[in-house]
Amino acid sequence: MAIAVSSQTIGPYWHLLRDPTWADMTRFGATGEVIRIEGRITDGAGDLVTDACVEIWQASPPVSDTFDGFGRAGTDAQGRFSIKTIKPGPVPGLGNAQQAPHVAVTILARGLTKGLATRIYFKGDDGHETDPVLNLIEDPARRETLIATQTTPGVWSLDICLQGDTETVFFDV
Amino acid sequence: MSDPVPFRPYVAQTQPEYDAAIYGSTKFRHPDQKLLKIPHSITETTGPQFARSRYPSVIDLSKVASGEAQGQRIIVEGRVTDEDGRPVPNTMIELWQANSTGRYHHEGDQHDAPLDPHFHGAGRVFTDAEGKYRYTSIKPGAYPWRNHHNAWRPNHIHYSLFGAGFASRIITQMYFEGDPLMALDPIYNMVPDEAARKRLIALFDINLTEPEWALGYRFDIVLRGRGATPIEEAHAGSH
Ligand SMILES: [Fe+2]
Repeated sequence: MAIAVSSQTIGPYWHLLRDPTWADMTRFGATGEVIRIEGRITDGAGDLVTDACVEIWQASPPVSDTFDGFGRAGTDAQGRFSIKTIKPGPVPGLGNAQQAPHVAVTILARGLTKGLATRIYFKGDDGHETDPVLNLIEDPARRETLIATQTTPGVWSLDICLQGDTETVFFDV
Repeated sequence: MSDPVPFRPYVAQTQPEYDAAIYGSTKFRHPDQKLLKIPHSITETTGPQFARSRYPSVIDLSKVASGEAQGQRIIVEGRVTDEDGRPVPNTMIELWQANSTGRYHHEGDQHDAPLDPHFHGAGRVFTDAEGKYRYTSIKPGAYPWRNHHNAWRPNHIHYSLFGAGFASRIITQMYFEGDPLMALDPIYNMVPDEAARKRLIALFDINLTEPEWALGYRFDIVLRGRGATPIEEAHAGSH
C-alpha cells in the first residue's frame, strides 16, 4: 500500500491563489435561499487571525451546473471572513440517520500545520437534537461553537476561536 | 441507501502535529482540545470537482504576457494516485511559489530581494485520466523567515490538492532533492517519519529534462485511500 502525502502549512502567501469571486458560491447562477455566512477568527492569545484561508464545502443543495458547493475566502484585517451561498438542507447521515443542515469548514493558515476541520450549523433549524455530529459533543457550550445565529435576515454569523476557553470544536476527519 | 465508503485514517507519524515549539506560529494557533473524531458521511466523502472551463489552467509559470521570468527553468511532472494505487483523474492542483530570488509576489513579503516583473508565481493544473500532471516554472529561491535566528526556508513549491472528497483535501509543499536547508527547516521536520518527509522531495529526472530548455523534476503525490486497510500481500504470503 502506498502512504498518503504529509500535510504542510499553507503559510502566509497563499493569497497568490486567491480569487475574491470564490467567496460567492452563487456566482454561477445558483438559486434558492441565498445567505451570507460570516465570522471572525481569533487565536489563543485573543489576537485576530488576519491571514487565514476559510473554505466551505456543502453536500446540499447538490452540485449542479449552477452550484459547485465550494467557496473560499480570506480573513481581512479584522479577522473577518464572509461567504455567500445557498442555505443547505438536511443531509443523509450513516444508516438511517439524518444530519441537520450544515456546511463543512476548513481553516488553513500560517501556524496551522494541517487544516482545521469544523462545521457550521444554523440556529433554529430542525434536527439539531438528533444530529449525529452535534450529539458527539457532550458539553452544550461547546456544541454552540458550531451553531451560527442569524444576525440580520439572510446573514448568519459564527466566530471561530482556534485555541483556549472559547475554542471551536474541531474534528478529526 | 448504503453508507459511503470512508477514507482511511492517515498513517501514524506521517502527519505533523498542530503544536510544536520549533515552529513558533503554532503557539497560539493550535487547538488545545483533542480533535473530535466524526464518522464520514457524504459531507466528508464527497467534495468539489472543478470544471476546467470555469477554472482555467495556468501551466506555465515561467513567463507572463510581457516576458520571461528570471531563473532556472524547470518542468515538474508527476502522478496523483490514492493509497491503493488508483489514479486520481481530473483533479485540480493549485500551486504557488516564490520567484528565483526567494521573494513572493505578495504584499506581505518584505524580504529584501528583487521582485521579477515577469513572474507571478501562481499556477493551476489538472490531472489527466491517468492522474498525471505537468507544469513549467522557474526554480524558487530560498528565503529567510523570522522563526529563529538565521532561519531560511528551503526551495519549495506549495501544493493544494482536493481529490475525491473533502476529507482528502490537503495542502503540502514540494521540496528539491539535495537542498541542504531541508535538514534545518522546522516545517519540513515537523513530519515525524523520515520516509514520509522524503516523499515531499521532488527528484531530478534527466528523462524529464528538455535539452537546451529546462531541468526536469518528478513529484508523485498519494492521497488518502478508502475503506479498510488492505492486508499487505507480503504479510499474507509470509512464512
Ligand atoms: Fe513558501
